Amino acid sequence: MQLEGKVPGGPLETKWDRHRFELKLVNAANKRKFNIIVVGTGLAGSSAAASLAELGYEVSVFCIQDSPRRAHSIAAQGGMNAAKNYTNDGDSIFRLFYDTIKGGDFRAREGNVYRLAQISNNIIDQCVAQGVPFARDYGGLLANRSFGGAQVSRTFYARGQTGQQLLLGAYSALSRQIGIGKVKMYTRREMMDLVLVDGHARGIVVRNLLNGEFETHAADAVVLATGGYGNVFFLSTNATSCNVGAAFRAYRKGALFANPCFTQIHPTCIPVHGDFQSKLTLMSESLRNDGRVWVPRKQGDTRAPNDIPESDRLYYLEEKYPAFGNLVPRDVASRNAKEQCDKGLGVGTGRAVYLDFADAIKRDGKATVEKKYGNLFEMYERIVAEDPYQVPMMIYPASHYTMGGLWVDYNLMSNVPGLFVLGEANFSDHGANRLGASALMQGLGDGYFVIPYTIGGYLSQWYGKPKVKTDNPAFKESLDQVVQRKEKIMALKGKRTVENIHREMGLILWDNCGMARNEAGLTKAKEQIHALRDEFWQNCTVPGSDKDFNLAVEKAGRLADFLEFAEVMVMDALNRNESCGCHLREESQTEEGEALRKDDEYCYVAAWEYAGYGKDPVLNKEPLVFENVKLTQRSYK
Amino acid sequence: MTKTINLTLKVWRQRNAEDKGGFETYQSNNVSTDMSFLEMLDVVNEQLTLDGKEPIQFDNDCREGICGMCGCVVNGRAHGPQKATTLCQLHMRKFDDGDTIVIEPWRVKAFKLIRDLAVDRSAYDKIIQAGGFVSVNTGQASDASAMPIKQENAELAMDAAACIGCGACAAACPNASAMLFVSAKVSQLALLPQGKPEAAIRAIKMVRTMDLCGFGNCTNERECENACPKEIKITNIARLNREYIKASIGSSVM
Ligand SMILES: Cc1cc2nc3c(=O)[nH]c(=O)nc-3n(C[C@H](O)[C@H](O)[C@H](O)COP(=O)(O)OP(=O)(O)OC[C@H]3O[C@@H](n4cnc5c(N)ncnc54)[C@H](O)[C@@H]3O)c2cc1C
Ligand code: FES
Repeated sequence: MQLEGKVPGGPLETKWDRHRFELKLVNAANKRKFNIIVVGTGLAGSSAAASLAELGYEVSVFCIQDSPRRAHSIAAQGGMNAAKNYTNDGDSIFRLFYDTIKGGDFRAREGNVYRLAQISNNIIDQCVAQGVPFARDYGGLLANRSFGGAQVSRTFYARGQTGQQLLLGAYSALSRQIGIGKVKMYTRREMMDLVLVDGHARGIVVRNLLNGEFETHAADAVVLATGGYGNVFFLSTNATSCNVGAAFRAYRKGALFANPCFTQIHPTCIPVHGDFQSKLTLMSESLRNDGRVWVPRKQGDTRAPNDIPESDRLYYLEEKYPAFGNLVPRDVASRNAKEQCDKGLGVGTGRAVYLDFADAIKRDGKATVEKKYGNLFEMYERIVAEDPYQVPMMIYPASHYTMGGLWVDYNLMSNVPGLFVLGEANFSDHGANRLGASALMQGLGDGYFVIPYTIGGYLSQWYGKPKVKTDNPAFKESLDQVVQRKEKIMALKGKRTVENIHREMGLILWDNCGMARNEAGLTKAKEQIHALRDEFWQNCTVPGSDKDFNLAVEKAGRLADFLEFAEVMVMDALNRNESCGCHLREESQTEEGEALRKDDEYCYVAAWEYAGYGKDPVLNKEPLVFENVKLTQRSYK
Repeated sequence: MTKTINLTLKVWRQRNAEDKGGFETYQSNNVSTDMSFLEMLDVVNEQLTLDGKEPIQFDNDCREGICGMCGCVVNGRAHGPQKATTLCQLHMRKFDDGDTIVIEPWRVKAFKLIRDLAVDRSAYDKIIQAGGFVSVNTGQASDASAMPIKQENAELAMDAAACIGCGACAAACPNASAMLFVSAKVSQLALLPQGKPEAAIRAIKMVRTMDLCGFGNCTNERECENACPKEIKITNIARLNREYIKASIGSSVM
């Protein structure tokens, strides 16, 4: 398949402007004749739905939770980047662009990333106008902090609840449109299939989670903003309902899945401490601004952390990366924590390192530390029952974000015409690694400032043409398949629960397709997943009825998709025989054991095409071309 | 210190809104005190599933106290015994070996029961849809720093904006009133210059919708403040009342 990124030509700075000028417009009076489906109400979905409805389109919105306000975006803590340069420390659109593309290890498109940096400033303006209470300094102006490896202060934040406040801003805009009837909101709905008519995305099948009934909805275009698939690892910082289902259903209908093996492992999470554990909690990485990461120098040092003298502590990040110290990017911090634990230097359960605030408290006083991190310390104490003012925190990396996602072009349209994909669900802007505070920016950028323009370019060709309705046979066909699958799932009456199998799958991927991978491990993982998929269809049990409100039915369906998707992820990891961004491919290292990228072989987007159940997917490549930046090996030494 | 405890759970089971419902008793043994309350329920559900019984239905999502999806009444208290803590963040170390724990759904007229511990809180969304926003379209914003905001006001607005919409305030209120929820949004926006122009009309529309949804009136019981996992203060209700009175005098929208 020929993949066209459709990035406009010409200078970087004017690409987006010119593209917007060249896009066909739908005039104001005609917009209301178009109906758009938006699936997902996180930052991407809510902002898109509200903006499209404001323009005059008729919008139908779907989400899993009981309210659009509860989408997983709500959990983002740290902040959001923008190139405002309010701190006068040398930031600019070009610098934000450069940092983001370099941070992604040169595996994203220049044109997309530059556009993201350009619109970042509009996002801040929009959010402030909605009443988002960003932190302010004493003069009443917006405050900034530096975050996640950036050397300028460009991150805007609202205490440790930035995602919450941004989402509530977008939710309020969406609510306003629901209130005036421009958006029809369907909560507690799960998308089960994408419906294509003559090759174009024309609708969806959803399950009403309250009573198990299936519904069909038709539209002129479908926008997916269904978030990431981090829960493929079972334990992650994601909310429990995060899933790959919607994206995977689209993949089965022909949409390409790009770079599925690019997943981000966040360095500062509360470590795993028991088999019963259902999720991992992130400790915002802003903590690394003041906390110092260390492990004991000697294996088997069982002394309490405060009894270990300075000379017996290994501040491995500070020693190895003197320029960046504890502020190295996430991938470097994560990998090094794993390395220390692999060497047997881990603390606690053996899979943890210390994050120590003693020096910060000595230097700045407890009050200052409390002002900055009070709510995070409290959260830590609540979960772990230890006081981080007294003893160092224990942290370990955890699955956090997924850079991979459905392939989209510069218009955010997938290779299936009429199917647009926004936010974490697409693959577009973060390459092989996401820098802190850039996902919120991308989600809102896609929703507020990209899709409102680009969708018009697609819809304009349909003006005056007959409408597709749900009586089209394509809907019935899709519905039949969905019902069949549900019946197969309800017939599962084996001996293992969904959680139990999901946990096993998560471990297979975490061990073999996580921070470090190699060919032998990945090949074995592929077989194990195969076997586990058979185990699921033979030995899983799904309790209760599908006609009641029954969370167990949803979970089983999501696991079935994860089990198929996991294989695509492993195939992608097998194919990419280079270390890149968030992962170390063990066969591809420098002599010093640092990650070695291979630009001459792998400077492309790997977009996988469904080939049928049980068949290996087909690899399509979109070469990445860099005209404005020089590809360098990242070095944080 | 981690230990394990044995508990007796009395859990409200009700298939749907029409069903009568009642308490069922479950034994939950060898519960690690490091577990969260929801993880403890997960383990009970795993066992029920393996025994061929129907698991307890309870809403939850983020499991870190921010999405507002979880919540039920534990031993008579919304979100359980720990102050300023959602149910998902409550840990079993707050309980003792041998305890009996009574678990019920929010009992609020405006929240229809869905099943077991899950209720329908869409009334809160309706209240926001009526006016809980600033009327600004995408693209209409001016530069973010054009309007300095006193740090103190920004902080107060943030305090109010921390509401997670979980419903505990209404569940704890003897009148099942949603005043704390409504006042948090009204306050947040009234404290900021962007929200000022619509402050009065917003208060009227939101309170009117609250009444229409079937929530009760506020008679200053203060139970809401005690139950709120985000420590939203009832001073917000005073601020709401001020906006409401201003609006009643000055507006034709009554
Ligand atoms: C703990 C945590 C902290 C974070 N902190 C930061 C930060 O500080 N800065 C930053 O930039 N990023 C941060 N991130 C990342 C960022 O929050 C997410 O990438 C981003 O919010 C994703 O937004 P989204 O709109 O794409 O998807 P989501 O917010 O995940 O929304 C997905 C939506 O899709 C719906 N949905 C999903 N599947 C279906 C289906 N099958 N049918 C119907 N509906 C469906 C859901 O109901 C939901 O409404 C953080 C992430 C986590 C987990
Ligand atoms: S599950 Fe999100 S607040 Fe408890």
